[in-house]
Amino acid sequence: MKRFWGTGEPYIWLTGSAVALALLMVAGLVGLILSSGLGFFWPREVVRLTLADGNVMTGQIDQREQIPARPGQYRVKLKVANRDLYGADFQWVEEAKIAGRESPPDAVVVERTEWGLLIGTIKAVRDRGKDVATGPEAGRAELLRRLPDAVRARGEIRKLGKNDIGGINDAQEQARLRLRRLELRGVTAGPEVDAITRELATLQARYRELEVRVGELRKRETASVVVAADDGKEKDLPLAQVVDAYFPNAMGWAAKAGFYAARVWEFVSDEPRESNTEGGVFPAIFGTVMMVLIMSVVVTPLGVLAAFYLREYARQGTFVSAVRIAVNNLAGVPSIVFGVFGVGFFIYFVGGTIDRWFYPEALPTPTYGTGGILWASLTLALLTVPVVIVATEEGLAAIPGGMREASLALGATKLETTVRVVLPAVMPSILTGLILAMARAAGEVAPLMITGVVKLAPSLPMDGVWPFVHLDRKFMHLGFHIFDVGFQSPNVDAARPMVFATTLLLLVIVVLLNLFAIGLRNRLRRKSAMSAV
Amino acid sequence: MAGNVSVGASLNPHPSAAAVMEAPMVEIDRLSLWYGDKQALRDVSMSIPKQRVTAYIGPSGCGKTTLLRCLNRLNDLVEGVRVTGTVRIGGADIYDPALDVTELRKRVGMVFQKSNPFPKSIFENVAYGPRILGVRNRNDLEGIVERSLRAAALWDEVQDRLGDSALGLSGGQQQRLCIARAIAVEPDVLLMDEPCSALDPIATAKIEELMLELKTSYTIVIVTHNMQQAARCSDYTGFMLLGELVEVGVTRELFTSPRDKRTEDYITGRFG
Repeated sequence: MKRFWGTGEPYIWLTGSAVALALLMVAGLVGLILSSGLGFFWPREVVRLTLADGNVMTGQIDQREQIPARPGQYRVKLKVANRDLYGADFQWVEEAKIAGRESPPDAVVVERTEWGLLIGTIKAVRDRGKDVATGPEAGRAELLRRLPDAVRARGEIRKLGKNDIGGINDAQEQARLRLRRLELRGVTAGPEVDAITRELATLQARYRELEVRVGELRKRETASVVVAADDGKEKDLPLAQVVDAYFPNAMGWAAKAGFYAARVWEFVSDEPRESNTEGGVFPAIFGTVMMVLIMSVVVTPLGVLAAFYLREYARQGTFVSAVRIAVNNLAGVPSIVFGVFGVGFFIYFVGGTIDRWFYPEALPTPTYGTGGILWASLTLALLTVPVVIVATEEGLAAIPGGMREASLALGATKLETTVRVVLPAVMPSILTGLILAMARAAGEVAPLMITGVVKLAPSLPMDGVWPFVHLDRKFMHLGFHIFDVGFQSPNVDAARPMVFATTLLLLVIVVLLNLFAIGLRNRLRRKSAMSAV
Repeated sequence: MAGNVSVGASLNPHPSAAAVMEAPMVEIDRLSLWYGDKQALRDVSMSIPKQRVTAYIGPSGCGKTTLLRCLNRLNDLVEGVRVTGTVRIGGADIYDPALDVTELRKRVGMVFQKSNPFPKSIFENVAYGPRILGVRNRNDLEGIVERSLRAAALWDEVQDRLGDSALGLSGGQQQRLCIARAIAVEPDVLLMDEPCSALDPIATAKIEELMLELKTSYTIVIVTHNMQQAARCSDYTGFMLLGELVEVGVTRELFTSPRDKRTEDYITGRFG
């Protein structure tokens, strides 16, 4: 026995099992997110359950579990949808009470702009109140024939509303601000004011024109689809509200796969609908990536310069050691503290001052004196700057002193040595720091909630309207989106798969950002053939 | 130890005088140096002749390297260093406060004990000094790089891979690259701090051969642990002990008929 302990074998097992446990936890985490997130887009079959008491329930089976305190008995959670008809999306059904189960091939699932999914069978397609097709078969053909036009029309309306009308609104706002600026200077009449007034009138006229066009487009869509649900309930749904309709029970494997791919694409490329519980998350992806990039642009020079001073220039002593300890500890400060600092310093002080100096015409509406992507990025840059400093400092410490001496002995100044020899050699370490900083920033939520992230941002922080990059705008963020969809939405159950899908996406984005930086680092390493520092 | 050195009749009864007789490149006058409270050099005086190889030998910690690093003021980087006395290179006092130390270092090149190429390509390593001097023209740089690599006897080995990383070269090649880098700026003086201590005998022989070639254009000052090396390739040798320059003279004479008992003890292996 003593020999067994003496071999040191148990300690190897101990350390090995620690690693195994850690790996298991990571695998479990990723596995859970994958399984819950990826299934979200799969078109699940619609089942029609006939209960023992004669009731009929139609829906998609969401999960199956044992009934609490009744071993051996199970119940299923049925997604019956049709929130507007039944009042709830989900119903629990005890398996013991199910008398029959079938999957009707004509069952239709309709995604719509409001009220979540609609599940049932098509009864008729109507145009101007008259049936143009009746019965599931004819109704289906007619619906699929008319749907592309309806979708296109809705896209056009949305585009008009967002780009054209949005652009006019922006221009009007700008003109009003110019007017107000003149007023602040004491100019209330004259050619300048007249010019702006004329401009405003033109804009107003164009706005009305567009409004009329949108109205026409809306009126042109006169068709609707009547869907029969359980308990003899019916829904007459205007085609203008139909986003997509599909018949999962009639789909083959390939059709389902195609549908899946389309849904995934919609998820990453589209805008959210229905208070974020449906549609895509593109604005959140965009906001997250842009915020991380702005943060990187700010944090890298700041952290690198600070590290260079601490390691290359500062006289090593108690003071520098104290600064170093303080910097390291800064990395452990709760992130919400940085958020509060961001609000107090960046938003109220810096932003408020900018508003007073440069945007007095807009006051009391703040321009920069409120949360925005710039302030959120700066706050996160502060949060992550210790990471960059520490990584850079370690890299600097690992550069052999001989390299600096070699450069100095050739007659280079300290600055030339730093820029031409030390900086290239320490670049891989800087990128390591940046990778860690980006990973941390992409996942941070708490400080963002108070410095500029919103549930739904009307426009992206970057678009076609001059000056193209709008650093003062509020933005959406995947991390906050997860929180919002999962815990703040009106229909938490229906949104839960979306939470996992979004989480998966956030993971993917963090991994992609990291891979990009790692690739860059490896390229630099190959170029300089430096060993890992 | 001394057996390796051919024993010849001493032509000059005062070897140290010979060093003075040739045209001096570097003149050291009563140089003392302290690291904090610790004195590392004690009243060192000597002159180093032009276009000759001058070697310093002595046990570890005797101040050889410190003396060498005084000649390009690399000791300035050490915190708490203090220097008295004067050093003249080409007649100019290098400890003159008005002197631009980077200008000095452009004229006094250095090769270090541990080869320290930059993590750049072979070409960029050699071109580093000229670039600092302001050479921008690609053709000029290519000319300088080729000439320096040829002078360092490295051209034939690397001419096909100038773009490769210098860190992929062998130890001996790296050290010759460092020599090429140092002579690319055409310094007056080349300081070599135990340049072969980390090399195998073949690489060492190459560097020694190189020194003999280089001394036709440069004044070389070398610090070495290896007494045979000093005997083989230097014209003048100084023996240092505990920060003091005990004896300096024509190499052959210093090794065959040292005047100081301590020198004799050291070169015959009685201590050190």
